[in-house]
Amino acid sequence: MTSKLVTTDVLVIGGGLAGERCAIEAATAGHEALILSLVPPRRSHSCAAQGGMQASLANCVKAEGDSPTVHFLDTVRGSDWGADQEVANIFAEEAPVAVRELAHYGVPWSRVRGGKNHYFIKGEEVDIDEPLENDGLIGQRDFGGTAKWRACYAAAGTGHAALYAVDSEVVRLGIEVRDRVEAVALIHDGSRCLGAVARCLRTGAHFAVMAKATVIATGGYGRIYGQYTTNATINEGTGASIALDTGIVPLGNMEAVQFHPTALSPSGILVTEGCRGDGGYLLDKNLERFMVEREPQKQELASRDVVSRHMAEVMRGGDGVESPYGPHLWLDIRHLGEEHLRTKLLEVWDICRDFVGRNPAEELIPVRPTQHYSMGGVRVNKDGQAYGLGGLFAVGEAACWDMHGFNRLGGNSLAETLVSGRIVGRRVAEYVSGYELRADTGIALDALKAAEQRAAAWLARSGNGPSVYEIRDAMGETMMHKVGIFRTGEELTEAVAELGQLLDDCDNAVLRSKDPGLNPELAFAMRLRGMLRLAMTVAKGALARTESRGAHFRTDFPVRNDSDWLNRTLVRWGMDEGMPTFSYESTGLIDLPPGHRGYGSDERIEMTTTLDDYNKNVLADQIRHGRLDSDEEMGSRLRRGAWKTATG
Amino acid sequence: MSETTRQLRFEIFRYNPEDADSEPHTDVFELEETPFMTLYIALNQIREKFDPGLQFDFACRSAICGSCAMMVNGRPALACRTLTSDLPDKICLYPLPVFKLIGDLSVDTGTWFRAMVERTEAWIHERLPFDPDATEERMSDDIAAAIYENDRCIECGCCVAACGAANIDSAFLAGAGLNRIARFQMDPRDQRTDADWFEVLASEQGVFACIGMMACEDVCPKELPLLDVYGYLRRKSLATALSSREK
Ligand SMILES: Cc1cc2nc3c(=O)[nH]c(=O)nc-3n(C[C@H](O)[C@H](O)[C@H](O)COP(=O)(O)OP(=O)(O)OC[C@H]3O[C@@H](n4cnc5c(N)ncnc54)[C@H](O)[C@@H]3O)c2cc1C
Ligand code: FES
Repeated sequence: MTSKLVTTDVLVIGGGLAGERCAIEAATAGHEALILSLVPPRRSHSCAAQGGMQASLANCVKAEGDSPTVHFLDTVRGSDWGADQEVANIFAEEAPVAVRELAHYGVPWSRVRGGKNHYFIKGEEVDIDEPLENDGLIGQRDFGGTAKWRACYAAAGTGHAALYAVDSEVVRLGIEVRDRVEAVALIHDGSRCLGAVARCLRTGAHFAVMAKATVIATGGYGRIYGQYTTNATINEGTGASIALDTGIVPLGNMEAVQFHPTALSPSGILVTEGCRGDGGYLLDKNLERFMVEREPQKQELASRDVVSRHMAEVMRGGDGVESPYGPHLWLDIRHLGEEHLRTKLLEVWDICRDFVGRNPAEELIPVRPTQHYSMGGVRVNKDGQAYGLGGLFAVGEAACWDMHGFNRLGGNSLAETLVSGRIVGRRVAEYVSGYELRADTGIALDALKAAEQRAAAWLARSGNGPSVYEIRDAMGETMMHKVGIFRTGEELTEAVAELGQLLDDCDNAVLRSKDPGLNPELAFAMRLRGMLRLAMTVAKGALARTESRGAHFRTDFPVRNDSDWLNRTLVRWGMDEGMPTFSYESTGLIDLPPGHRGYGSDERIEMTTTLDDYNKNVLADQIRHGRLDSDEEMGSRLRRGAWKTATG
Repeated sequence: MSETTRQLRFEIFRYNPEDADSEPHTDVFELEETPFMTLYIALNQIREKFDPGLQFDFACRSAICGSCAMMVNGRPALACRTLTSDLPDKICLYPLPVFKLIGDLSVDTGTWFRAMVERTEAWIHERLPFDPDATEERMSDDIAAAIYENDRCIECGCCVAACGAANIDSAFLAGAGLNRIARFQMDPRDQRTDADWFEVLASEQGVFACIGMMACEDVCPKELPLLDVYGYLRRKSLATALSSREK
């Protein structure tokens, strides 16, 4: 039997790449760490990442001239100037170290083959001589929105290889992992986080974990889009939810939701951007390449938000391929040849065979844009320390650290999990050193009791209210169709009303299964309210933001507005409050002035203040919004003006 | 369309070991087949329409996370990528044997695989401390590709469930465990010698406990070359045994 009260130094909620890398850092510094996970860690969604991990190693010819500075430029442009530029710089500088560290842990990265290599670039077949002196170094492939080839990869199983290597390190260090355990509430005293209440999914028993530091590493919340997501069924945003429940910790930029251009239609299973990186095309129903005309410069390899919008327009214009599940387009990778597909894109080969019964060397792949990545999340400072609650940290997709702003570049997320896992892990280790565990068991036991009561209340409710699954499906339809790729004030207003209704329905929903222990319906019901609340913050945030930036596109406000909206949305919503409260903080210190991304629209409303004036206020403004002190002062890792010398 | 629609009959094992009143039995459910229906879709429909207590595991639903293996008409398979169109009208679903049952179709593969990783010490041994400023060590792309080939195991447990020896002794390393050993043995970064490996390989749960039915390779959803792995490890172990005798 698990005891009702467990103590540890560092509680890590989530056993994906970000959480595990963070736990490794804490354990290596001599602290006790405990990882909780819904599933055995290797089954976390990180394992599904396919195409690659961005780091400017510059080992192949098409990567020549790449550097952290060029990577920084691509990331900020990709974010549509929504990123915190200091964080983007830290990230770009440390990504190469993270890739090499994975090699050290054992990841079998694909390597450069010196001599003649055959590639497909923008529709042309090209032979390139890779210098012999680079033979055997870690190789790179092309991805969307980047000036250079930068994505390091292990075939199309990059996330799998990375997660297995990192989890082996966790096992080697003897870090305790409890799987099939879900954190359901944070324990805090209003200024400090003291741990979390957890529920065992095998037995239904709750217990409290008291920790000196707590890390949220729970990944994305794609499942608020119902079935219209590439994410695993376990990506239900519970980490962001329990932070929101505190009413103290804000979530950042929840309206920034990424749609990936190429998910299989209709299952939503992802086909990696590496397909287009390696030379694949998008075709309409007439088998024409529409991206060449629409984006002459980057073609299929513009950033995801831009490509997804072009695809949606093509389908709206009647050039999609009709199917019983709605229109789709084609991904064509036939010309890459069977050998390439069965080595460098092996996982794509398998997915096509298993889920649509197609041979991609001979047949086209039906794809359409689908929810893929959550740029928003628990708002943290550059150390990963959450706003508002000392001792609470967040890392990985669950966090809004914020290097992605309003659009993440492909391959930047795996790199983020490992870079931020190292950095935040180090900060967590420092934080807990010399910190005495406050055995404030009263607060913990109250939180525990409250969680038990929530479960009991679900079981006690009777009558013939709606089922939790109906509510989930309705949420997915609302989110995809009214808070999707193209947004309008009218549809968003409807979405807010519909989600409000679903929140009411959730209060009346009735469970069919009354088992207090092993009960999948109860486990889901306990997440549903939190998912609806997250969905509401996305819809309301999108309604309030009357501009278009990155993945957030308002057809009624189609232009980026740096005069009024060069800021980050923050939302707080205590459990007992009727509606969320929004506020807007400065994006961060700006070094690279807002400009054209190099793809997509070049129209925008310019800033009206000078950069100096903007930058002067950032620190005070963020502190006012709840930012806690970072170890080093703000701006210490911004390399001011470095981008001026970059060739990207 | 409708005249070609099949009515599928699912016979599903039920038992909750946590519940003293629960007895192992099977329940029957009927569903209308839809195009591209996988067992992931079918099982969720059954749970949502008929029996919300039905226990099973899915996460990625794309055959990469290894959560969803179960016995499908007597054969271990990943449920998420099994199309009902490849099955007869009658579909029997049982949990994987060997692993501890959590409930219905859900088993505890996590504990088994963590123990396997601990026993095989599935990490690179005796490396120098990581130097963040150094360029990576070189490796030929062919070797990287060969390691990757064996690194692809998703720990779903199909090979373990199909293994005659593992069904007798659940601690037998089975296809997945032996494959993991081969993966590290061929990795030039790992400093373990053949003699180091011999201890695990020649143990009672090692390569010689295999009774040679080789069902593991047949059922592996990732088509890992388990037969080659097994041959390679046997040859290596025999060579190690012989050379130590000669000394
Ligand atoms: C199909 C797909 C392909 C992708 N491909 C790429 C790619 O090629 N390159 C790239 O850079 N990015 C890619 N991404 C994105 C990237 O994989 C993810 O953003 C990243 O892996 C997230 O890692 P994480 O550690 O933050 O979270 P995850 O790996 O999602 O882990 C979350 C963990 O939290 C646990 N958890 C969740 N809630 C709770 C709770 N309440 N209590 C306890 N535990 C909890 C889960 O069990 C899990 O262990 C891809 C994403 C998808 C969906
Ligand atoms: S659900 Fe991940 S392998 Fe089937």
